Parts: sequence; C-alpha cells; structure tokens
Amino acid sequence: MSLRFTLPLLAAGLLMTADVHATEAQHVRASAAWIRVLPGDLPAGAYVTLENTGDQAASLRGAHSPNYADAMLHQSSSAGGVSRMSMVNELAIPAHGKVELSPGGYHLMLMKATSPVKIGDKVKVTLSFGDGSTLDADFVARPANATGAEQ
Amino acid sequence: MKLCRTRRWLLLLMLALGTLLLAGCHRDDGVEWQLNNVSGHMPDLDFQLIDDHGKNVTAQDYRGKVVLLYFGYTHCPDVCPLTLAQLHVVMQRLGPLADGARILFVSVDPARDTPEVMHAYVNAFDPRAVGLSGPAREIEALSKRYRSAFTREPDRADGQYEVSHSSAIYLFDGNGKARLLSTPSNTQDQMVHDLHLLLSLGTHS
Repeated sequence: MSLRFTLPLLAAGLLMTADVHATEAQHVRASAAWIRVLPGDLPAGAYVTLENTGDQAASLRGAHSPNYADAMLHQSSSAGGVSRMSMVNELAIPAHGKVELSPGGYHLMLMKATSPVKIGDKVKVTLSFGDGSTLDADFVARPANATGAEQ
Repeated sequence: MKLCRTRRWLLLLMLALGTLLLAGCHRDDGVEWQLNNVSGHMPDLDFQLIDDHGKNVTAQDYRGKVVLLYFGYTHCPDVCPLTLAQLHVVMQRLGPLADGARILFVSVDPARDTPEVMHAYVNAFDPRAVGLSGPAREIEALSKRYRSAFTREPDRADGQYEVSHSSAIYLFDGNGKARLLSTPSNTQDQMVHDLHLLLSLGTHS
C-alpha cells in the first residue's frame, strides 16, 4: 500500500477514534456549583448540577481541590427518621440526562481547607469520571445559612 | 393521719392536673396543626447541659420561649446545615414573632463540639439559635426522652467519623410542653404556619 492511501486512512481512523473515545468529561456540563462554608475548619458540603450531553452514560467517581486536603463523594439519607451519611463510589449521569448534587442528597464533602475560604470566593474543584477524565469547575463559596447557589 | 393528709393533697394535685390537661385539650380545639401533634404524648422539656457560652443551663432557662429542639453535630456537612439553614428561613418568615422562639441545637458529638465550636457554628445560621453540648450521658438521656437515638459510626482512615442522628425537630410551647414534631416530609410552610399559631398562643393562655 502506498503512502498516498495510508495517510488519509490513518487520519480518518484517528478522527473516528477521537469521536468514539471522547471522554466522559467532555460531555458533562457543570452548573450551579457552590460550597456551604462553615466556621473554623469544619468539613464543607459542595453541590453542583451535572448535565450529560453525550450518548453514553457518564459516572462521577470523585473530586479534588487545591483548596482542600481531601474530598469525598457522599449521600445523605433520612430513612426511618434517622439522618446518616454514606460514601458513594460512583454516581451515574445518564446519557442526555442530569443529576443534581444538592443539600440532603448527593454531595461532595470537602475537608481541611488549605487556606481559609471566604464567602464569595471561587474555589476550583476537579471532578473525576469513570474513564479517568476530569472536569474543572468553579464553586462559589456561600454562607452557612445559604439555601442554594443563588443569593 | 399524716398519710391521710398526703393522700388528700395528692388527690387535689391530681384534680388540678386533670383540670389543666382538660383545659389544654380544649385550648387546642379548633386549632388545625399541620405538623404532627404530639401534645400529651411526649414528656416536658427537661435537661441539664452547657450552652455555647460555656454556661450551665437547664430547660427552665428557656421557659417562656417556644423551643425548636434539633439533634446534630458540627462535623455534619450536609443535613445539619441544611436543617439549620431552613430553620433560619422559617425564623425570618416569622418576623418579630421569632423573638419568642429559640432553636436549641443539641450536639450528639460532645467530644468534638466544645462550646467555642458550637458558638461559631450556631451563630453562622441564626441569632436565635443556641448550641447545647455537655456530658454524653446527659445528651443520651435527653435523646432517649424523645425516643430518638444517635450512633457514632466507625472511624474513617483519617480518624474522623460521622454520627447518625434523629432527623426530627421537636417543638415545645413556652411552658416546656412537647407540642409538635416536624419530620423531613413536612414543608417549610407547615412549620411557619404552626409556629405562628404556637407563638400567638403565648405562654399563659
């Protein structure tokens, strides 16, 4: 086979591969991202809406932030009149669907701020997905008694 | 003779109590509570704890105020702040009436929740919120009194831990009588409605 044939084929193949193997993060859009900042060095809950525009399901596996030493994906529940928290290994975001990490449900728990987070700060949080891809999002620091991302 | 007199006193006391109870029942006639009515089914508010200024306090110190009792802990990043933020909105919606109410946030994690931590915490939510901590046995007694429980979950790798706790909010009138119970299925509107009524009843009606 001559180079004249193989090069275009190779290029086309690469393009197709890129399309099929677009990462989960490339199809996920983050919005309404905020952190409930608590006094002192108490762990903070972080919330975000994730929308998957892709044809394949995506899954949120975890997060990290330069502003916090540790971050965990959690779920709150209040079955049987008891409030408890449990660790979540992955949270599926259906194809062309969305999930909300919101108070009283799924949330990120951010622990040990590396420097004090002030109300109004934008905190970078990197979300990691099932295929190892990542998405950076700015989370707005909101006061303890905030009820959502908006003022 | 002495026994006889004691008996008479007891009888009088019971009669008086009975009349009070009846009066209490009648008073509620026509009042449409939207939360769960627990009047007569739960004991009066009673505790000996330490407030967020480090002062020893008892339930008597809050007589004359409508009390919203909630169990939680400050290292709880999601549900406790959510509940307290919602209670703050409720208090705001009540306007000046809210001055007749106190949110008593009782720590189920006294090992980490010192008065200092509690003070900063409750004040981040509402000026009418009080943080109560104290000896574990006192907190257990208060929790059991209202048929709730809390459990310290196993430590994580980093040595931190979570505490499972009751999700209910207990409402007491100004006389320390248990009146209403709010659960996560109740709405903010229902809470505002009932608190409005409870605060309007006053302590001497």
